[in-house]
Amino acid sequence: MAAPSQQKVNTRALCDAPLIESSGVWSKEARMMASARAQASGLPQRRDEYWKYTRPDAFVHADVTLQASQRSSLGLFDQRATISVAFEDGQIQAAALPSAAHCTLESLSSASGLDLHWARDIYGHLEAAGQKPVQRSLAAVNTAVAREGLLVNVTGAVAAPIHIQATSSGQSDSTIHHVIKVAPGAEVTVIETGQYGARSNIVLEVDVADGGRFQHIRVQDGNERHMLTHIFGKIGAEAVFKTFTLTAGGQLTRNECVLQLLGDDASVSVAGACLGDGDFHHDDTVFITHDAVNCESRQVFKKVLRNGAVGVFQGKILVKAGAQKTDGYQISQSLLLDDDSQFLAKPELEIYADDVACSHGSTSGAIDVQALFYLRSRGVPEAKAIDLLTLSFVAEAIEEIEDSDLAQDILDHLTNTMSAQ
Amino acid sequence: MLNIKNLHVKLEEEDKQILKGVNLSLEPGKVHAIMGPNGSGKSTLSYVLSGKGGYEVTEGAAQLEGVDILDMEAEERAAAGLFLAFQYPVEIPGVGNMTFLRTAVNAQRKLRSEEEMSAGEFLKVVRAKAKDLKIDAEMLKRSVNVGFSGGEKKRNEILQMAMLEPKMCILDETDSGLDVDAMKLVSQGVNALRDENRTFLVITHYQRLLDHIKPDVVHIMANGRIIKTGGPELALEVEQNGYADLLEEIA
Repeated sequence: MAAPSQQKVNTRALCDAPLIESSGVWSKEARMMASARAQASGLPQRRDEYWKYTRPDAFVHADVTLQASQRSSLGLFDQRATISVAFEDGQIQAAALPSAAHCTLESLSSASGLDLHWARDIYGHLEAAGQKPVQRSLAAVNTAVAREGLLVNVTGAVAAPIHIQATSSGQSDSTIHHVIKVAPGAEVTVIETGQYGARSNIVLEVDVADGGRFQHIRVQDGNERHMLTHIFGKIGAEAVFKTFTLTAGGQLTRNECVLQLLGDDASVSVAGACLGDGDFHHDDTVFITHDAVNCESRQVFKKVLRNGAVGVFQGKILVKAGAQKTDGYQISQSLLLDDDSQFLAKPELEIYADDVACSHGSTSGAIDVQALFYLRSRGVPEAKAIDLLTLSFVAEAIEEIEDSDLAQDILDHLTNTMSAQ
Repeated sequence: MLNIKNLHVKLEEEDKQILKGVNLSLEPGKVHAIMGPNGSGKSTLSYVLSGKGGYEVTEGAAQLEGVDILDMEAEERAAAGLFLAFQYPVEIPGVGNMTFLRTAVNAQRKLRSEEEMSAGEFLKVVRAKAKDLKIDAEMLKRSVNVGFSGGEKKRNEILQMAMLEPKMCILDETDSGLDVDAMKLVSQGVNALRDENRTFLVITHYQRLLDHIKPDVVHIMANGRIIKTGGPELALEVEQNGYADLLEEIA
């Protein structure tokens, strides 16, 4: 039975007076509107179809004072030249953000106080567009009260990836809102590693203009944490949008990704791999809307689960009338390493155009005994053989990463993570 | 090298006896061939010896250099020097052939408490051996057996054998799915590994493989037993007359 306090959004939190007062005109307006959206829709409830497999109260009432767990992704990508931005307990750890050619980096906390800012056309707008047909009130809450985030304006091809490294002392409850604007023909790669807080509510809004390219690689780690993320993407003609997430820890992770293909000949890929062991609940919820001609979308999710870990996948492709020549692909698979783990999948297609190719598949399986015997017959011990077959299982998701160096880093990281277990 | 005594094996899941008292004694340096009709138990014998699950040994023993192997894990048997070249090598997407080979070589060394092979040394050795088998760098880089032709898969099996340097090699229908050229290449690979300390057990349906890999001893297996043992001429006899005469002989 849901407690009454769960029904309503805590309005005092949404009318954070000091935050609103210190906000400039553009952000004040966005926050007030988001606050109204959140209050109108209320917090997600257990009976909500969109939260069928993940209890929203597990996030809403998560303990935010847990001790921090070790980051396993420390040092990952260190050998690559990156533009580094550090977050500690939800605060950007630098008086001045790094500068790089073809992009500007700003913090939400400082930009929020300005009267006018380029982010005003994106901040909260993509999130608002993503509230239909399903309400995502926790994302609206984020827009209303986020105090920090990275705002990146990309005007050309940025040579090195921007690397957001988040750390947490474990006593934190972080609400972070990033905005990335990719100009026509511009290119950027954004990497996110670590954990923002014991509980974190993260929104990433990405506007990729015609011919732009956006690549996103995310590594979520830390054991004792609860995390809800939303990516809202708006993709223009001939643009490319790719996001990959590796999750190797955390009690609760729900990654929502809401993309709108608004220009012809664009392509998007949303991929993820997770390794879940024990107290681990991992939910990928994806909604891709095709609203233009000849666009491609791919969803590739691989979940490795053991000792009672739970994997969830809810993925939808909506092809609007007129979005002809759509090529939609969706695969979600789980590798269950024992009988205690479970995978819950709800793939959906909703198609209003008649000349489209959409395929979807979902499977659950155990380790292939024939392959296991093959490896062991070559002298590979059982545990190591299972690791290799696990790598084999997640390979298709990792192959979605465009940059082969970064893909190799992810693969090496996975190998190390497994051998450390 | 390998001594099999009165080996009885049934399927674990059902009450079906497959091997009904196999006796074999394989000396170092020799090539033994086993021929026999479908369902005679040839592949089961190779699986039971190399440690595949799903079988239950109800009677008998198998010793590799005097050590019982039937209670060992598959990887321990491999480290002890046993190798099975699969009839159907398994595809493992996403795991590079080189990674797989190096993992196997070093895992065996570790099990034997030997020093692991360095990356540089491994690369040198694997390149030389791959060249002999006409396996190019591209094939080494690709995922294990993924997209390989039948011939490439079998050559890859022989490359693994060459890298792991086992004492006891079992080849399970290595000729299946091979054209004439591929069979020559694979046979050359096997012949190059023949030496006085290494023993081969070649399982095949057809005599033609034995034209390339010349056996010292030929065994005929039927209904879970070795029914006849002889020299290379026995294989020719089977080729000409089939198994029917032999089966009648013992009936």
